[in-house]
Amino acid sequence: MSTHAATDAIDHHHDHTTSTGIPNKKLFMWAFLASDCMFFGTLISTHLIYRLHQTPNSPDPKKLFSIDLTLFATFVLLVSSLLVALAVNASQKGATKSVRRLLLGTIVFGLTFLSCQVFEYGNFLHEGLTLSSSMFGTTFYTLTGTHGCHVAIGVFWLTLMYIRTFKPADERPWVLRSLGHLVVFAAVAVSCIITLVSAAHAIEEHGFTAAVLAHAGQHNIVTIAIALVGLGLLNWIGRTSKAVDFGEANAIDIESLGLYWHFIDIVWIVIFTVVYLLEFL
Amino acid sequence: MEATAHAASAGTEAHAAAPKRSWLFTRPTAKTGIVSWLTTVDHKKIGMLYGISALFFFLVGGFEALLIRIQLAVPNNTFISHQTYNEMFTMHATTMIFLAVMPLSAAFFNYIMPLQIGARDVAFPRLNGFAFWVFLAGAIILNIGWFVKSGAPDAGWFGYAPLTSKAYSDQFAGDMSTDLWIMGLQILGVSSVIGSLNFIVTIINMRAPGMTMMRLPVFTWMTLFTAFLIILSFPAITIALVELMMDRSFSSNFFEAAAGGLPILWQHLFWIFGHPEVYILILPAMGIISEILPTFSRKPLFGYPIIVFSGATIGFLGFGVWSHHMFTTGMGTMATAAFSLMTMAIAVPTGVKIFNWIGTLWGGHLQMRTPMMFALGFVWMFMFGGFSGIMHSAAPADAQQQDSYFVVAHFHYVLIGGSVFGLLAGIHYWFPLIFGRKVSEFWGKLSFWLIFIGFNVTFFPMHFLGLNGMPRRTAVYDGNMGWNDANLVSTIGAFILAIGIVVYFAVMIRTYFKGEKVKIDPWDARTLEWSLPTPPPEHNYDVLPTVHARDAYWYEKTHREEIAKEHAEHAKAEASHGGIHMPSQSWFPLFAAIGLLIGAIFFVNHMFEWAIGGAAIFVLGVYFWAAEGPGGYHVHLDGDDHHDGEKH
Repeated sequence: MSTHAATDAIDHHHDHTTSTGIPNKKLFMWAFLASDCMFFGTLISTHLIYRLHQTPNSPDPKKLFSIDLTLFATFVLLVSSLLVALAVNASQKGATKSVRRLLLGTIVFGLTFLSCQVFEYGNFLHEGLTLSSSMFGTTFYTLTGTHGCHVAIGVFWLTLMYIRTFKPADERPWVLRSLGHLVVFAAVAVSCIITLVSAAHAIEEHGFTAAVLAHAGQHNIVTIAIALVGLGLLNWIGRTSKAVDFGEANAIDIESLGLYWHFIDIVWIVIFTVVYLLEFL
Repeated sequence: MEATAHAASAGTEAHAAAPKRSWLFTRPTAKTGIVSWLTTVDHKKIGMLYGISALFFFLVGGFEALLIRIQLAVPNNTFISHQTYNEMFTMHATTMIFLAVMPLSAAFFNYIMPLQIGARDVAFPRLNGFAFWVFLAGAIILNIGWFVKSGAPDAGWFGYAPLTSKAYSDQFAGDMSTDLWIMGLQILGVSSVIGSLNFIVTIINMRAPGMTMMRLPVFTWMTLFTAFLIILSFPAITIALVELMMDRSFSSNFFEAAAGGLPILWQHLFWIFGHPEVYILILPAMGIISEILPTFSRKPLFGYPIIVFSGATIGFLGFGVWSHHMFTTGMGTMATAAFSLMTMAIAVPTGVKIFNWIGTLWGGHLQMRTPMMFALGFVWMFMFGGFSGIMHSAAPADAQQQDSYFVVAHFHYVLIGGSVFGLLAGIHYWFPLIFGRKVSEFWGKLSFWLIFIGFNVTFFPMHFLGLNGMPRRTAVYDGNMGWNDANLVSTIGAFILAIGIVVYFAVMIRTYFKGEKVKIDPWDARTLEWSLPTPPPEHNYDVLPTVHARDAYWYEKTHREEIAKEHAEHAKAEASHGGIHMPSQSWFPLFAAIGLLIGAIFFVNHMFEWAIGGAAIFVLGVYFWAAEGPGGYHVHLDGDDHHDGEKH
């Protein structure tokens, strides 16, 4: 389809095959997001209602929360939204190389956000906050966990889209190779998160010194090795100069993905406000 | 026209290079036989799958109701145990709502709506197939309980906390009946939301040229409103069920009163979904009625825009009345008054619709055919249910009626007298279109009268039972309560109703094989689906229609020359674009849904590692689904075929 894209100018804001001019996929995504609004609305309401009906065993959220960390995570997620917007823009111009780079950037920022969440959960569990320890734990983990799942699904989708940009233009079989690509990608992502989070925990406990870093490195030697080998593999798979079946016509796919990604960003801003900042008022 | 447009450029090329595709992505092409059904993306076939499953579960739910009525026929009866009785009323309600009425409505949405807007398929054909298979997975999970030690779900169809908590619902270690209920509803919700998103996009984006929104047939409008109600109300129950599932599977505290949980929160979340659900059940029936009444009154629908806007108003207000299910929970005067007023307000658009239907009948040349009988039965019986509904809106009166048989009478009048009469009318009305045969008027009317009389004999006495204090969900009552006669009458009525339903379906089956064959447009109707041969070909329209008026087919019938010329031009234009584009069939919707089913079954058994395996199958199915692409092929009509659509 990319070959067609070069000859026919594509109007990205009007689809003349539909009654309204809005592409079907975009309309579908908007309707889905309307549904998802009610989904998060219900969850956030549950949290707020139980905030007014605290149980005596509830911890003091002000002492629990590390607002610096959450602020950092929020900032990271906001920047990822910018990157995905740029990716949409690049895809509408058919600039596949910069689409790849921007998607990768979004993935890295999304994973950073998830790492922050895993790190935070680790700290909270250490403090004794679990799903069943108090009502605060129940609503906090369920709400932020559901949002985290949405981010994880978004990262998965971004990764699939990134891999999709390598689909060869000729009819060579590609699906198995793409699955391999995905497996390597997942291995790298998971081992990076494990390494970073455990290093961060070590630094938090023992301070930022060379000895601590070396110890953390030794401790995670396997995941570091997997991450490094995986990164090399990814780089190798990604070095393709052959024509690909990806271009301006796929901009709508990236735009739908972008809508989803912006939405989970907005939801996070609400969660950050009513779950975290509200406690400090 | 996603698939159509894209594959118009890509599909043909892809087909030219087809031999190189791997076996995994070879699209099935069977048009008959089991494979054609398992891989179908045709909205008409999917509609029939929905219809057949829904009718099967309708009979199952009806059977459960009969067992309930037998148990209540005489005082101190021991026909079934209390435990079985609890399972019966829980599964009767869950089955009738989620596995009978909703999918039967979905069957009509699928089959009729694309035809009414002049489309060749829905916006996302494979997703449509997926919605059906997911529905079937949910239906299976809800009904597994009958075949295992746990038994069927037994906590009532609205599963009030704390009845669903482990302490009260698990009779032995590994009792999964409530988990089955949670997971079944969750999966049915996924199916409904996916299906509805598809319908919304289809109605908004795939209308034939000239089919403006205010020319949409009312049934299509009601499909749109129902779809919006579904996507906006189901998330509330999804979250409520997630919270309950977290409580039961991962020991969280949402509804555990001992740990500070608020059982009342469950009620709010459930009814925020549950009340719009009531309109999800009734709006499609209202749409069907709005098609049938004008057709058999030989008049256009009276007050079309008002009917449409009333539908929208009902849908909108439907989100603000949920707490009238909870008047006796002590919400406070303010909240009770507000919800009382809102509930009274919602009667206004409903009344407006009824007056418009009467306006449609007024001065018409009424033709008393079977669909019309059911439609008139709907208007009358639904009004009855509406009247007792308004009685409930007054909180003091409701405090007396809450959880009594009066409520049971009320909602059966709106659900059977309303939704089911509407759907049975729709089956009769569209049967000739779908199967090309017509039900005999005698047998059709006989089944109507049996159903109508049986229904009233069953449920009318329940008003008095309720006012005399009989609580709902009573398995056994004593002989000196003054409830004996009414209960016996009610049970006799239930059997008359059952005979009526048996006659109804026996006649349908006979008609399918031996009924009188019909030509195009047997009812002399007004909407586009009747311009098609019976049954319609797979591609629906030889030439996509151009719509000039609200009653589009009526206009075509009165302007034949103009339309014939227009069709010829458009046919030429379409042929020059490569013919009629059709979406390719696919295995992967079924594949993904099976993954979901496997994962869900392991999950309810708390075997989470295995559940991940099911999830992996699901993800793989979705992956292949994306990788195979929309596909598509072109149909070229030869001259003979072409004439079918033009027969006069």
